[in-house]
Amino acid sequence: MDFLVGAFKPPCNVSISFADARTRKQVPLKKDNGQTIMVPLFQSQENIIGEVLIEPTQGKKFEHNGVKIELLGQIELYFDRGNFYDFTSLVRELDVPGELYERKTYQFEFSTVEMPHESYNGINVRLRYILKVTIGRNYISNIVECQDFVVRNYTPPPSINNSIKMEVGIEDCLHIEFEYGKSKYHLKDVIIGKIYFLLVRIKIKNMELEIRRRESTGLGPNTYVETETLAKFELMDGAPVRGESIPVRLFLSPYELTPTYRNINNKFSVKYYLNLVFVDEEDRRQHTMASSSGILVWFFSGVGGFIFMSYSCDLQF
Amino acid sequence: MISDGVEDEEKWLTAGIAGLQQNAFYMHRALDSNNLRDALKYSAQMLSELRTSRLSPHKYYELYMRSFDELRKLEMFFKEEARRGCSIIDLYELVQHAGNILPRLYLLCTVGSVYIKSKEAPAKDVLKDLVEMCRGIQHPVRGLFLRSYLSQVSRDKLPDIGSEYEGDADTVTDAVEFVLQNFTEMNKLWVRMQHQGPAREKEKREKERSELRDLVGKNLHVLSQIEGVDLDMYKDTVLPRVLEQVVNCKDELAQHYLMDCIIQVFPDEYHLQTLDVLLSACPQLQPSVDIKTVLSQLMERLSNYAASSAEVLPEFLQVEAFSKLSNAIGKVIEAHVDMPTIGVVTLYSSLLTFTLHVHPDRLDYADQVLGACVKKLSGKGKIEDSKATKQIVALLSAPLEKYNDIVTALKLSNYPRVMEYLDTETNKVMATVIIQSIMKNKTCIETEDKVEALFELVKGLIKDLEGNLQDEIDEDDFKEEQNSFARLIQMLYNEDPEEMFKIICTVRKHILTGGPKRLPFTIPSLIFSCLKLVRQLQGQDENPFGDETSTTPKKIFQLLNQTIEALSSVPAPELSLRLYLQCAEAANDCDLEPVAYEFFTQAYILYEEEISDSKAQVTAIHLIIGTLQRMHVFGVENRDTLTHKATGYSAKLLKKSDQCRAVYACSNLFWVDDQENMKDGERVLLCLKRALRIANAAQQMANAARGNTGSVTLFVEILNKYLYFFEKGNPQITVSTIQGLIELITTEMHSDTTTPDPAADAFFASTLRYIQFQKQKGGAVGEKYEPIKV
Repeated sequence: MDFLVGAFKPPCNVSISFADARTRKQVPLKKDNGQTIMVPLFQSQENIIGEVLIEPTQGKKFEHNGVKIELLGQIELYFDRGNFYDFTSLVRELDVPGELYERKTYQFEFSTVEMPHESYNGINVRLRYILKVTIGRNYISNIVECQDFVVRNYTPPPSINNSIKMEVGIEDCLHIEFEYGKSKYHLKDVIIGKIYFLLVRIKIKNMELEIRRRESTGLGPNTYVETETLAKFELMDGAPVRGESIPVRLFLSPYELTPTYRNINNKFSVKYYLNLVFVDEEDRRQHTMASSSGILVWFFSGVGGFIFMSYSCDLQF
Repeated sequence: MISDGVEDEEKWLTAGIAGLQQNAFYMHRALDSNNLRDALKYSAQMLSELRTSRLSPHKYYELYMRSFDELRKLEMFFKEEARRGCSIIDLYELVQHAGNILPRLYLLCTVGSVYIKSKEAPAKDVLKDLVEMCRGIQHPVRGLFLRSYLSQVSRDKLPDIGSEYEGDADTVTDAVEFVLQNFTEMNKLWVRMQHQGPAREKEKREKERSELRDLVGKNLHVLSQIEGVDLDMYKDTVLPRVLEQVVNCKDELAQHYLMDCIIQVFPDEYHLQTLDVLLSACPQLQPSVDIKTVLSQLMERLSNYAASSAEVLPEFLQVEAFSKLSNAIGKVIEAHVDMPTIGVVTLYSSLLTFTLHVHPDRLDYADQVLGACVKKLSGKGKIEDSKATKQIVALLSAPLEKYNDIVTALKLSNYPRVMEYLDTETNKVMATVIIQSIMKNKTCIETEDKVEALFELVKGLIKDLEGNLQDEIDEDDFKEEQNSFARLIQMLYNEDPEEMFKIICTVRKHILTGGPKRLPFTIPSLIFSCLKLVRQLQGQDENPFGDETSTTPKKIFQLLNQTIEALSSVPAPELSLRLYLQCAEAANDCDLEPVAYEFFTQAYILYEEEISDSKAQVTAIHLIIGTLQRMHVFGVENRDTLTHKATGYSAKLLKKSDQCRAVYACSNLFWVDDQENMKDGERVLLCLKRALRIANAAQQMANAARGNTGSVTLFVEILNKYLYFFEKGNPQITVSTIQGLIELITTEMHSDTTTPDPAADAFFASTLRYIQFQKQKGGAVGEKYEPIKV
């Protein structure tokens, strides 16, 4: 039966490896089948260098129409599955048509690649980067091998980062004033703020701070919006009285956040909101925000660590 | 319904404990395998049990204590981790990832404690962060317990002076600031508790609140333990901040408890130096706060402090403690217009105790206190409230106890004015207290004006006060109080007869107002007091100055006579008679024949005119005979008159047996042993014979009336009298008379008509035995008795 098996097996094994695989940082990536694999992490403007190894199986020779490697940045919308929109596409020819008798390695190099967008895996949209090796063949389908990698771009801290301060409430029930130290946070940042109660007429059981992600895909009438709560963080237990102020300190690192994406290639946007939720004693949830989606905050991938004891209480009661 | 609630609660507690133990088990496993992430996860789950709202504070405490024990283990683990190189700062962040706030904050406090210990950050910063973050718990019970946990884990890590956590400069301030803030927040939570939940459970909530009060109070205790809190800091920071919180919380329970706490936990010396600050808070408290107890506690502590050592007394003077307290009390009373009388009196009572301890030499202070009290009481009329009157009694008793001397108390001019506010009943009680104090200390009241003052105090006993209804007085109580007053009269004494006489006159003046019910108690006491003076004067026979105005026995006797006459209004003839006789005897000793005669005359008149009861007559006649027998001052004529009268009365008694006994008793009047001129054997015999006749007549009468002759007792009694005079050598009593009498008795005893009387038989038998005995004695007596045949 061996020859039968051999007949359907690809005539060769293809593997792609990176030159700096040992030192490069690996990050987890969720694949279509639900498995998580570790893949290398790049950022824009980096050189992507490596080699492709082609090994004919059982030492048999085979013919090909040429070998090429492509670097693709793709956006895939799930309502339009299977159609990839390539926003980046670079090609390197590795071999001219001919025959392969034995294993052969090809060096490749993409230097200072522009990768403007970050890898993203959302509900309705995926943005991914792959290296794709294609061995062209006559009459029968090409042999294709893909290697995912992840791109994260580090943006410098924004020069303007205002605090958020707002007075909101439900008329004659609850008036609060809240203040968050910044409106833009890097992903390992900590949200620091203060909630100041101006009027309390409802029996509050607790107060939570939610981080919500709003992902919108498509354009015009075909826009799909998905909202997802990524973090629920209890800020207060019990009912405060007028004049009470409650500290907010939420570390962002435990949550799977991404930077804010605004209109990536006219395909999708990802925005984040902070939302204060009050639960009253009958377990009714009250959103105090003017819009139920909360306060828009801007996340970015910053560089370096942060100072944690940055909290201070200046609001005197 | 209620029992259901309790059962449910029990069930919830059990469930809570089970959940806690289960997670604690997993936590232990994670700890054992050094799995930090799991340890945090399970500890957070374990602490989630504390998020319950279903338990009463009491049950919640049980759950809390269990969690507390588990957290100790976690803390140990964190310490280990830190030693193994795990960054404590990372740990501090890591625990803050917990989504639920309560577990998060418990963990934060636990790590915070390790963080301070590691000294990687200044203690003050960590503490400030912790106490600030804890604001997230606004639920009263959970918040109180969380903050109490914070206070517990931090108390040995405060950046106190001399502590290893002390920082560069002035970190004590931070330590104090931390505790004060925690205290303030806890108190707010505690006060808020009363407004949560339905109004009908208010009482239950108040009970629960008072169970939790120690959690709040512990902060004050911690403050008092901080070395760095010296007097200046206490004065400038601690006390004002604490008081601000106390005043502003406007809650009765909290204010009372916290004021009490302040007074109890901080040193007396501090209180003394910050007295005005502390006191100025008092009028600002809620009207319903039991301010009197608070202030009383304060004054009690200060009193004890003053009593502890004499060295601290100058401090009291320096800060003018008395005037400050006195002012404060005034203000408190002004601020609380409707404060009940009992409150007012209690306050003054405490102040008085304080004064007595601190300024025992300043009697004017004590008087001021009483004066202020009078002022507050004025316009309220008599005090009706029994508790309040009790307090007044306590107030008035305090100086008595302190000085052990009523004389000092008598100098307090406001003392009697306070007493005026007591109702009659209590007034009497107070008077009794005063008298008892005098008795106990054996105080002598030595001058007339003091007596006047004292009588002003005890006037409730001396006379009926206006508006007093006699009918409600218990007879026994009345007797007791009058007896004690009578005893008081005996305590009024001065060695100088002049002064003593003045005292007596004063007493007399007062007691004569007492009315017929009191006189029988008071007059005898006065009489004997007078007689004591008479006996004293009796020693110094002649008045050395011959001064007309000076006190002489004669003058006293005149007074006595008038005094006893006062009893006629009662009337109490028997008592008067006895007193006359007493006086007569005293006059006898003073050799004042006319006076003695006069007294006897009075006694006889009383006997004739007033004493009609036959039993009383018997007693009276025996008293007269007894007294008269001892009189030696009378000349023959006077004596004869009186003796004759007495014998006459005796023979006129109603019952024959009484007649008989009185008559043979009269025989003694004619035979006074130590006076040769008064031995009239013939008249003795006459008396005895007459007695025999009467005895005989008595028997015949009995025979006629009842058919038997009755007992021979009278005969035996007469026989004994015979024997007495026989022995004394009365020549008229001969062996044959005695012999005859013995035979008569023997015959009588054997006669059929005689009723057997064992007592009489025994009496007779022992009389005979006596004769035998005397015979056997030999000598002169034996010879004398020898001829009597038995």
